[in-house]
Amino acid sequence: MKFGVIVFPGSNCEQDCFYAIRDILKQPAEYIWHKNTKVDAYDCLVLPGGFSYGDYLRTGAVARFSPVMKSVTRFAHRGGLVIGICNGFQILLEAGLLPGAMLRNKNLHFICKHVHIKLENNATPFTNLGKRDQILKIPIAHNEGNYYIDTKGLKNLTENKQIVFRYCSEQGEVGDRFNPNGAIGNVAGIINKQGNVLGMMPHPERSAEKLLGSDHGSLIFKSTLKWLKGK
Amino acid sequence: MVTSKNYRELGLNAKEYRKIIDILKREPTPTELAMFSVQWSEHCGYIHSRKMLKLLPKTGKYQTLIGEDSGGIIVDDLAIIFKMESHNHPSQVEPRQGAATGVGGIIRDIFTAGARPIALLDSLRFGPLSDPYNRFLLNGVVDGIQFYGNCVGIPTVGGEIYFNDSYSGNCLVNVMCIGVAKKDKLSRARAFGAGNYIMYAGSSTGRDGIGGCSILASQDFKECEEKRPTVQIGDPFTEKCLIEATLEALSTGYILGIKDMGAAGLTCATSEMASAGNSGIEVELQSVPRREENMAPWEVMMSESQERMLLCIKKGKENYIKNIFLKWGLTAAVLGRVTTDNMVKIKDKGKVVVEVQADALTNTPMYSVSFKKPDYLSKINKLNINKIIQPKDFNQILLKLLGSPSIASKEWAYQQYDHMVQTNSVVLPGSDAAVLRLKGTAKAVAATTDCNSLYCYLNPYRGAQIAVAEAARNLVCSGAEPAAVTDCLNFGNPKKEDRFWQFKNCVEGIASACRFFHIPVVSGNVSFYNESPKGAIFPTPAIGMIGIVDDVSKICTQYFKREGEIIVLLGNAKEEIGGSEYLKEIHGLIKGDAPDLELHLEKAVQRTAGEAIRKGLISSAHDCSEGGLAVALAECCISNKDKFVGAIIDNLNFKIRTDALLFGESQSRIILSCHENYVEKLRIIAGKNKAPFRIIGATGGTELRILNKDKEIIGLGLEKLSQKWRESLERYIVTQNSEKISKDAPEKGCNYA
Repeated sequence: MKFGVIVFPGSNCEQDCFYAIRDILKQPAEYIWHKNTKVDAYDCLVLPGGFSYGDYLRTGAVARFSPVMKSVTRFAHRGGLVIGICNGFQILLEAGLLPGAMLRNKNLHFICKHVHIKLENNATPFTNLGKRDQILKIPIAHNEGNYYIDTKGLKNLTENKQIVFRYCSEQGEVGDRFNPNGAIGNVAGIINKQGNVLGMMPHPERSAEKLLGSDHGSLIFKSTLKWLKGK
Repeated sequence: MVTSKNYRELGLNAKEYRKIIDILKREPTPTELAMFSVQWSEHCGYIHSRKMLKLLPKTGKYQTLIGEDSGGIIVDDLAIIFKMESHNHPSQVEPRQGAATGVGGIIRDIFTAGARPIALLDSLRFGPLSDPYNRFLLNGVVDGIQFYGNCVGIPTVGGEIYFNDSYSGNCLVNVMCIGVAKKDKLSRARAFGAGNYIMYAGSSTGRDGIGGCSILASQDFKECEEKRPTVQIGDPFTEKCLIEATLEALSTGYILGIKDMGAAGLTCATSEMASAGNSGIEVELQSVPRREENMAPWEVMMSESQERMLLCIKKGKENYIKNIFLKWGLTAAVLGRVTTDNMVKIKDKGKVVVEVQADALTNTPMYSVSFKKPDYLSKINKLNINKIIQPKDFNQILLKLLGSPSIASKEWAYQQYDHMVQTNSVVLPGSDAAVLRLKGTAKAVAATTDCNSLYCYLNPYRGAQIAVAEAARNLVCSGAEPAAVTDCLNFGNPKKEDRFWQFKNCVEGIASACRFFHIPVVSGNVSFYNESPKGAIFPTPAIGMIGIVDDVSKICTQYFKREGEIIVLLGNAKEEIGGSEYLKEIHGLIKGDAPDLELHLEKAVQRTAGEAIRKGLISSAHDCSEGGLAVALAECCISNKDKFVGAIIDNLNFKIRTDALLFGESQSRIILSCHENYVEKLRIIAGKNKAPFRIIGATGGTELRILNKDKEIIGLGLEKLSQKWRESLERYIVTQNSEKISKDAPEKGCNYA
């Protein structure tokens, strides 16, 4: 299964994603320069973390106009799998492939640390190897991870089981105390209604091997691979 | 405006000016004068320090690389390139941009060597947080580091933050960067081969930072507000693109030489590349991409606009390389060619404005400086310990020390830094040293920075030796073998004899300790003129040290892992409290002598811990430093946020005062914990290495209890210890309630001369 990792100017997790896919998941991976518009040969597209275009305007706001994004949108509308991590998630929001928006963290600081998230929907291509309510230890590293959506939107997300991950305690308790950035509903990751586009603030590629303190993030890559193979 | 008459304003003296006339056999043009002034400044030319720096050893276990702008070692087929550099004065004037551009500058020194930057560390010093301006500085500096470092995608994995009065008015911001390259892919900062092209790449040139190195960094620091315009402005996005574009361009093999245009910008890059390549360079200034109108030639030559590179390109390949930079959205332009006459020839609209032998600019004056033992030492070194009254409640003292800003956890800062990007961080910030695995190998590189400036103030020679010893000890505790050093030497005005005496003694201390441990100093930086109206900073020779871990599965962290394990102390406790945080924070004194350091003992302790960790016998290893044994034990119990492990220490039996036992900062000590089955093996290793070995207690419970002759002298719950240690720094910074601060803040105006 071939993964494409999209590189915007200012992306800085593309090599980490590439490594997680090629060296840990043992699957072919290629970089896709943001000016390249050919994405059909890939089975899954990954929008990595970083500071695309410096994020000087608003996170993801410029990147979504990159030539490759038209192709990503077409790819997603045809049912192709797309994973946006951190800045990648922010770009997917700006591109309208996922609902909602990102605000600055509640404490107005960049936060880098391990957090715990609860897997609330394991019936997705990206989480099928997980158990419902499974707790994952996985790092975050962002300045704008304070997810926001209006009440109606949040209701829709909940009803459609689009909230895939929520911040929680080590024991799995969901609550504001365990929410690092102020995200509404403690949302850490969501999926689109069709179920083929995932956006998440935590970094699965940074927790794909025990050596780095946790291998829980590999669940996302392995689930994706299993789903693609079973297609 | 620069004219040939105002050389003094540019920092040159009359003798230097005459020498320039001798070299040129005529009056210099304004642009030439400006160029000499920056090249011959302390910052670029090391005119006062160079003689002393020759003392530092350059060889060790690993082959060393001493490059033009950085240094490193060869490990198998990899080159580990690293360097630490200061950005003190810009940060004092404008903390956010000062720190940010400090990060940017050191990163460029690493990737222009052809190495991909893999880690950053920051060694920071501020005045007490009771002063709002110091809080503003700390906030701004941390913000600048996160702003730049996070965006460029290089993890900030370690460092240190210390506070004392001497830094009020002159904070220190020292940034270290580490990079990795294949050893046969390194690049040099030189231009050679007549007819090859000189290319400019990166950001455009403006008036920012003009005179930054000659004026801001090379003179006494007064009226800083007026110098604000000379602080450069950083753009991490451009830097990120520049890293990728440069590494891509270097991989083509068409780049023969490359240099960052940092301090002294185009002046330094042209003259040093020509000189290093034994060539000449001829460039046309009108080709320099600009972002400001009507810049005079000297302004273009002096600009310190950030994120710019000068390259020497193989003839015929200039468009190929240019296109790589254009792809990354950067500017690139051919400025001129390499010549054979060893001259730096600068033209503006075809008219020659500079024509100087490259070597004349780079062969900077070298001064022998006179020195004199400072008067304060005789007064301050006398400490009658009998006059220090022992406190009654040692629990309160431990809590107060854990909450003091220099000792408290620095989580508030490092949580704002992306310390995991690049997925190599196997030991995260908050342990003795950071450890980064080297992908594609079984090895890892460990890194730390260290310097206790109180010790260096009381005893510069030994204080500097201790900085080296402790940095090495930190690395050993992480499972690494110390391999090489970069130093960032922060001192006052070298033209004052007592300041230079401190500098001289510190350099001699570093040299002797490095020689003893067989650790080379491969790169470094000197920052003089760190003074405020109140006087010089405490001497601060920051040591950045890297170590090599041969097997990344055999690393170690500082915190206790599980209950029921044996706690061992390697080393001794002496009755010495001079220069301790205890004396400073509790008694308001900076007095006495720095702790004793016996290098053979230090080596014995390090060898024991290193060997035991490599054999897999050890669960945790932590060195004793500021705050002494009690603080180190508390950190062993609480520094893993996910799991606290208590301890009972009931076998100390040192016949010394209780305060010295708990809080004295005797050197060459490491606290180990291990399974009881391994204790005898550990004892044998210690015996073989002649390291003092003592079982002092065991892990377990939810408290830290320390007993002395069966009497409990410390008994505190771990939650309470953790709260004090973890939350203090943030509380000092966030709270605006001055009453709340003054209650807990260290006594203002410690009693030092």
